[in-house]
Amino acid sequence: MSGTSPEKYNFTIVRGFAFSALFWLIIGLIVGLWIAFEMFNPALNLTSWLSFGRLRVVHTNGLGLGFGLAGIFATSYYILQRLTRVPLPFPRLAQAHLYLFNTVIALGALSLFAGMNTTKEYAELEWPLDIGVVVLWVMFAVNVFGTLIKRRENQMYVSLWYIIAMTVTIAILYIVNNLEIPVTLFKSYTIYAGVNDANVEWWYGHNIVGFIFTVPILAMFYYFLPKSTGLPIYSHRLSIVSFWALIFAYLWTGAHHLMLTPLPEWIQTVAIAFSIFLIAPSWGSVVNGYYTLRGNWDQMRTNYLAKFFILGITFYGLQTLQGPLQGLRTLNAFFHYTDWVIGHVHMGTMGWVTMIISASFYYMIPRITETELYSIKLANTHFWLILVGQLTWTITMWVAGIQQGAMWKATNPDGSLMYNFLDTLTSLYPYYRLRFAAGVVYFIGILVFAWNLIMTVRQKPQPNEA
Amino acid sequence: MGITSKPVVFAVLSAVVILIGTIVTVFVPLFMPSTQPVSTFVKPYTAVEQEGRDIYMREGCNNCHTQTVRPLRTEVLRYGEYSKAEEFAYDRPFLWGSRRTGPDLNRIGGKYPDSWHYKHMQSPQGMFEKSNMPPYGWLAKNRLDTTYSYKKTSILGYGYSKNDVRQQISQYKETVTNIAYPSKESRDQVTPQELRKELTEMDAIIAYLQKLGRDVKKLEATK
Repeated sequence: MSGTSPEKYNFTIVRGFAFSALFWLIIGLIVGLWIAFEMFNPALNLTSWLSFGRLRVVHTNGLGLGFGLAGIFATSYYILQRLTRVPLPFPRLAQAHLYLFNTVIALGALSLFAGMNTTKEYAELEWPLDIGVVVLWVMFAVNVFGTLIKRRENQMYVSLWYIIAMTVTIAILYIVNNLEIPVTLFKSYTIYAGVNDANVEWWYGHNIVGFIFTVPILAMFYYFLPKSTGLPIYSHRLSIVSFWALIFAYLWTGAHHLMLTPLPEWIQTVAIAFSIFLIAPSWGSVVNGYYTLRGNWDQMRTNYLAKFFILGITFYGLQTLQGPLQGLRTLNAFFHYTDWVIGHVHMGTMGWVTMIISASFYYMIPRITETELYSIKLANTHFWLILVGQLTWTITMWVAGIQQGAMWKATNPDGSLMYNFLDTLTSLYPYYRLRFAAGVVYFIGILVFAWNLIMTVRQKPQPNEA
Repeated sequence: MGITSKPVVFAVLSAVVILIGTIVTVFVPLFMPSTQPVSTFVKPYTAVEQEGRDIYMREGCNNCHTQTVRPLRTEVLRYGEYSKAEEFAYDRPFLWGSRRTGPDLNRIGGKYPDSWHYKHMQSPQGMFEKSNMPPYGWLAKNRLDTTYSYKKTSILGYGYSKNDVRQQISQYKETVTNIAYPSKESRDQVTPQELRKELTEMDAIIAYLQKLGRDVKKLEATK
C-alpha cells in the first residue's frame, strides 16, 4: 500500500477486537470442556448455573457471538481500511462499539448463567441485550458504509462484497427472529407460535451460521490468502458467480433443520433442493482457493500461513458437502438429533472458522503493531495441535452419531425395539471421553496461539522501511 | 464498472437477493393456514403449567430433550404418536430442540405418575445409575413465583381472567398439598418441610411435563 502511511489508519480498534476475540475464545472453550466432561460425568453439574442446560448456551453464544463476531469486527475494520485506502471515518464510534460489544457479551454470558434464556438457538439472549446487539450492529454498519462511501479505491474487492452482505443480512435476521413481547426486564415471549416460530427460528439459525461462520470468513479468505501468499485469486469471474449464488440460495435452506417435523412438507422439500444447489457456490470458493496456489504448492511447506488457509478451505469444502447430504430426508431421518450433527458443526467452527481467523490474525497483528510474529515455530505447533484436536474430535462424534442412529432404529425380529433409550446413551460414554481429550489438545493449541500473539505485541516495534 | 463501485446500490441489491428466499419460505408461510392449524382438542397451558414451561426454558432442558416425534416406525414405537402441527398452537416459543441427549418428551404426559418425576428430578442417577442428566432436586427448594402468571398468560393470549389464573394456581396447590395426593410421599421426600404447603418450582415443571402430549392422546382416543 504505497503512498499511505499506516499511522493514518485506525489500528487500535483492530487490536482491541482481536484481543477481545482471543479472550472470548478461551472462555468459550473452557466452558466447552466443562460441558464435554458433564456429558459422561454429571457430577460436574455442581450448581444450577453450572448445569449443562445453562452452560451449553454460554458455550455457543460465547464462541459464536463473542469470539466469532469479535474476530469478524477486527478483520473487517482492517480489511475495510486497507481496501478503501481511507481511515475509519468515525474512530470514536468504533471505540464505543468495542466497549459496548464487550459489555453486551459479558452481560450476555452472565444472564445465560442466570437462566435468562429465550431458548431460540443462537438467539438465546433476552430482549434488553437484543437491543444492545442491534445498537452495536448499527454502530458497526455506520463505519462500514462510511468507509465505503469515502473510499479512494474505485472498485470494491470481493472481500468488501461479503462484508456488505453480512452487514445487511445479519441485521434483518436478528431483528425478525427476535421480535418479542416483554413480560419483565428479564423475560419475554416471541411473537411467533408453534410451527411458525420453528420456521422463523431455523431460517435465522441456519443463516446466522451462514452469515457469521461463512460469509465474513470468506471475506477474510479472499483478502488474506492473496496477501499472505503473494498470489492473486485465481478467477475473479468465479468469485462473482459464487458470491451472488451463495447469498441467494442460503436463505431458502433453513428448513433442512426441521426435516420430518410438522413443518409443511413443501418448505422442507424446497430447503433440500436449495441445499444441494448450495454445493456449487460453496465449492466455487474452494476451487478458487486451490487454484490460487496452482504452481506454488511448495508454499504449503515454506509458508506457515498457506497451511492454515488451505486446510481451512478444505474443511469448508467438506462441511458444505456434508451439510446438504445430511439434509436429504433419508439420511436426515438417521442422523438428525444424534452426535453426528455435533461433529458436523465442530468441523466448521474448529476447522474452517478458527483456522482462517487464526491465520488472519497472524498476518494482521504483526503489521498493525509494526513487529514480526513472535514465533513461527509456535504458530506451526498451534496449527498441528488444533488440526489433530479437531479431527479427533469430529471423527469421534461422527462415529458416535452413526452408532446412536443405528441403535435408535434397531429392532428385534418380532418388530420391537432392540435398545431402550438409556442403553443408546451410555454406549456413547467412551466416545465422550475421547472427545473431551481431543478438546484438551485443541485447547492447548489455542493457548499456544494466544501466547504467540501476546508475545508479538509485547515486542518493541521495528518500523518496516519497505 | 457496475455495482462494485456503488456500495449503497450493492447493499440494496444484496438485501433484495436475500429477501427472495426469505419471503417465499418464511414470510408467506406466516400467513398460511397450514402453519397454524387449530384443534378443539388442544388446550392452552394452565397458569401453573406455563410457569413450569418457563422453568423448563430457564434450565435449558431443550438443549438435551426434543419435543417432536417424527413419523418414523421406530420413533413412533419408542415415543408414541408422531407430532402434529396443531399441538404447538400455543407454544411461544416452540421447544422442538435439535439434539436428543435425553429422550423426546412430546408424549411424556401421563406416561409416568407424578411420584416418578419427583424421584427422577431429585436424582436421575438414583433411578438410572448411568444417566448423565443433571439433578434438579433444588427446584423443590424454590417457592413458585406467580407474580407474573396473569401477565404471562394474557400476553400469550390464553384468554384467562385474573380470577381464572388465581383459581388455577390455588386449585393445583390444593391438588399437590392434599393428603390424598397419590404422589404425596415422593413429593414430601424432595420438598422441604416449610414448602410442603406451598407450590414449588418442582411442582410446576412436573405439571408442565404431565401436560405434554395429553391433548393428542384424547384426540387419538376419539378416532
